Amino acid sequence: MNPEPLRATKSAHRSRGDALLKSAVAAAAAGIVILLFFLGVELVYNSRLSLVTYGFGFLVGTTWDPVHEVFGALPFIFGTVLTSALALLIGLPVSLGVAIFLSERAKERRLIGPALGSLVELLAAVPSVIYGLWGLFFLAPAMKNYVEGPLHAYLGFLPIFGTTPIGTDVLTAGVILAIMIIPTVSAVSRDILNAVPNSQREAMYSLGATDWEVTRKAVLPYARSGIFGATILGLGRAVGETMAVTMVIGNAPTISASLFSEGYTLTALIVNQFNETTSPLYASAMVEIGLVLFGLALAINLFARTLIWRMTRASRYRV
Amino acid sequence: MRPAEEIDVSDRSLPPFHEKIETRGLKASFGSNMVLKGIDLRIPENKITAVMGPSGCGKTTFVRCLNRLHELTPGATVEGEALLDGKDIYDKSVDPVDIRRRVGMVFQKPNPFPTMSIFSNVVAGLTLNGVRGKEVLERTAERSLRAAYLWDEVKDKLGNSGASLSGGQQQRLCIARALAVEPDVLLMDEPCSALDPTATAKIEELMTMLKHDYTIIIVTHNMQQASRVADYTGFFYLGKLVEFDETARLFENPREELTERYITGKFG
Amino acid sequence: MTGLILLAVAVAVVPLLLIIGDVVAQGAPAMSLAFLTNTPTPPGVPGGGIASAIQGSVLMVGLATLIAVPIGVGAGIYFSEWPESRLSFLSSFTNDVLAEFPTITLGIFVYLIIVLATRSFSALAGAIALAIVMLPIVARTTEESLKIVPVSLREASMALGVPRWKTVLRVVIGTGKAGLGTGVLLSVARAAGETAPLLLTALYSPFIPRSLFLPAGSIPYLIYYYGLSPFADWRTAAWGAALLLVAFMLLLNLTVKVFIGRRFSGVRAEF
Repeated sequence: MNPEPLRATKSAHRSRGDALLKSAVAAAAAGIVILLFFLGVELVYNSRLSLVTYGFGFLVGTTWDPVHEVFGALPFIFGTVLTSALALLIGLPVSLGVAIFLSERAKERRLIGPALGSLVELLAAVPSVIYGLWGLFFLAPAMKNYVEGPLHAYLGFLPIFGTTPIGTDVLTAGVILAIMIIPTVSAVSRDILNAVPNSQREAMYSLGATDWEVTRKAVLPYARSGIFGATILGLGRAVGETMAVTMVIGNAPTISASLFSEGYTLTALIVNQFNETTSPLYASAMVEIGLVLFGLALAINLFARTLIWRMTRASRYRV
Repeated sequence: MRPAEEIDVSDRSLPPFHEKIETRGLKASFGSNMVLKGIDLRIPENKITAVMGPSGCGKTTFVRCLNRLHELTPGATVEGEALLDGKDIYDKSVDPVDIRRRVGMVFQKPNPFPTMSIFSNVVAGLTLNGVRGKEVLERTAERSLRAAYLWDEVKDKLGNSGASLSGGQQQRLCIARALAVEPDVLLMDEPCSALDPTATAKIEELMTMLKHDYTIIIVTHNMQQASRVADYTGFFYLGKLVEFDETARLFENPREELTERYITGKFG
Repeated sequence: MTGLILLAVAVAVVPLLLIIGDVVAQGAPAMSLAFLTNTPTPPGVPGGGIASAIQGSVLMVGLATLIAVPIGVGAGIYFSEWPESRLSFLSSFTNDVLAEFPTITLGIFVYLIIVLATRSFSALAGAIALAIVMLPIVARTTEESLKIVPVSLREASMALGVPRWKTVLRVVIGTGKAGLGTGVLLSVARAAGETAPLLLTALYSPFIPRSLFLPAGSIPYLIYYYGLSPFADWRTAAWGAALLLVAFMLLLNLTVKVFIGRRFSGVRAEF
């Protein structure tokens, strides 16, 4: 028996180590929250001049005239919303197909599944500016000659195909955005589909359903809110995407029904004019453009995260 | 059949012994789920005590309370007293880290540190606590590996990864690692459940050698193992201690019907 | 139906192949040792290279890594060790949001707090903006690689009487360090390709960076700036820089893939 005395000094030293580690890493975690908060505050503070001058009119004004200091952001909001909507329209079906392939089909073909998954993920690794360069020199001419030309020739009576195709336009921006959001949307959707309990599939198979029926009637309905979340996440990506869009959209602040006309987005406006401001009001209006983008991105991300978080958390308890 | 809580554990015709550990009304919970419902038990020094019972009886939780490992699980709480050499390890003045150095533990699955060599694994408890002297570490490593009967098998490959050993060797490595910090008590939580019979026999033999220097508590659901190695055995059921006695008497002549049904395999 | 799904897969993969093919075809003619070691020349003057942009990128990404890794790893440790706390939930959620945030707004933020304060675009401001891009990636991958360290190792260490802080810093991080390294590599890959935040912070300079407090060039900015220029030789240089950047990205990502596949395949199978 050796009742070794329990040394208080040493134990105090140890719990100090624990407390020190905890407060250091908690400070880092708190830093992330403070960062985002501070980001919002800085944007509001530095756009105060524009906020006070234009009020709500900033969001609905259609004229952007720095020379006469008339600042209306609607053309840019329109461009951002339109290109993002196009991106979803084109990108979502493709992403869903990829997700279904990777989670429901590729399991049997073990080799091709992971390889294809990696390829699609590599799309996300390509920098935005390279999409822009490629979009400007290859995609835009190809769109003009092989897609927009024929559409205009045969369906030109429709307002959306009504103007002469130029290549660097809203539709091309939508297509490049679609390519860029496919990796995000398909990867998140694949995870969501993987989280669908197998009992759901087996129940449908036991009723004599085919693979496709199981996917359509059991898996997709079960996963729909999560897939919706993945879609919204893709929307967030599209709204915030900057370089590629700036390089292919033409940068003209117009609101047109035609997809073949040049457009402008919030992000492209920041790229082109943020460093060119000539007066405090102009500078303030540019920060407010950033604030609008911040608000849009924040709302979209909060919404998407909540949806995905709910879905994956629920499945964690069920599995 | 008498309900378990009416049994007076202290009123036993056990031969007198010196207790190393004593628990008084030890209760343990995960959140609102109480898995130990008041355990009063005296553990004799330099003996092997088996803690036996069906799964879910609280036997693992019991030993994890004796080195204050239970409280690390989020939501886990402990009430009551656990005395080590007469001092309550749950007293406010006590640092759990000190307790864990005096009460070593061997886990169900061998868990050597995968990124460390055999040598570094054995002396991990020392190096992680700041011991640096090369000579001290080498001496401790050899002594602990010899004590765990692993020295001859690994002395030429101390630099290899701990994960390169067989399951039985890994478990003896973990025992050596626990011995290296020179504890008084060794808790063994089903140490053989992941091992084959040959490796199991080696560990059991090792335990009987170690008991001269250590107080050993082994958790097992294997009755044969308890009867082979343990001097004393406690039978746990549904978070309560049903019976505690010398191993031979408990198996040959149990007092409680529950115990009898368990050891005769009529449990169900 | 299977046909449609395969079509979708093809539509997703073809652009990648096209982009890589075009970048290689256009960029290869520009590639030479001199291209990598010379500084840019005015349009029409032969012998120009992208050395200053390469050095600017290395400088800013390097500095950003030094800033982002300690904070990101710290936050990741907090998320994995104290997942029950309210701060953990809030910060982890914010981290997810920040990871998806338009990087141009991060550029505006750094412009407002650094560039305005110092009255100059600078490599330092660029590095800080890139650090904010990297931070959420490092934090998330740290959390994930620490969470898969088995509880049994943590307990083995605690049972040896090792205090928690040492258990975390030595045993848990020691075991999860491969995953941690991958996270850092991924974040470096991301930062090296970022253009938008640099537009408003580091801006551009054709000179070899001499000071952290002066504007600095970078590979992505050069691609944008030269790619949109009306000069044929500058455009060729843009494609050459694009080839360099894509090669770097692919290399880094493939390394990470192979690395993760080997290291964690066993662990992943358990889920």
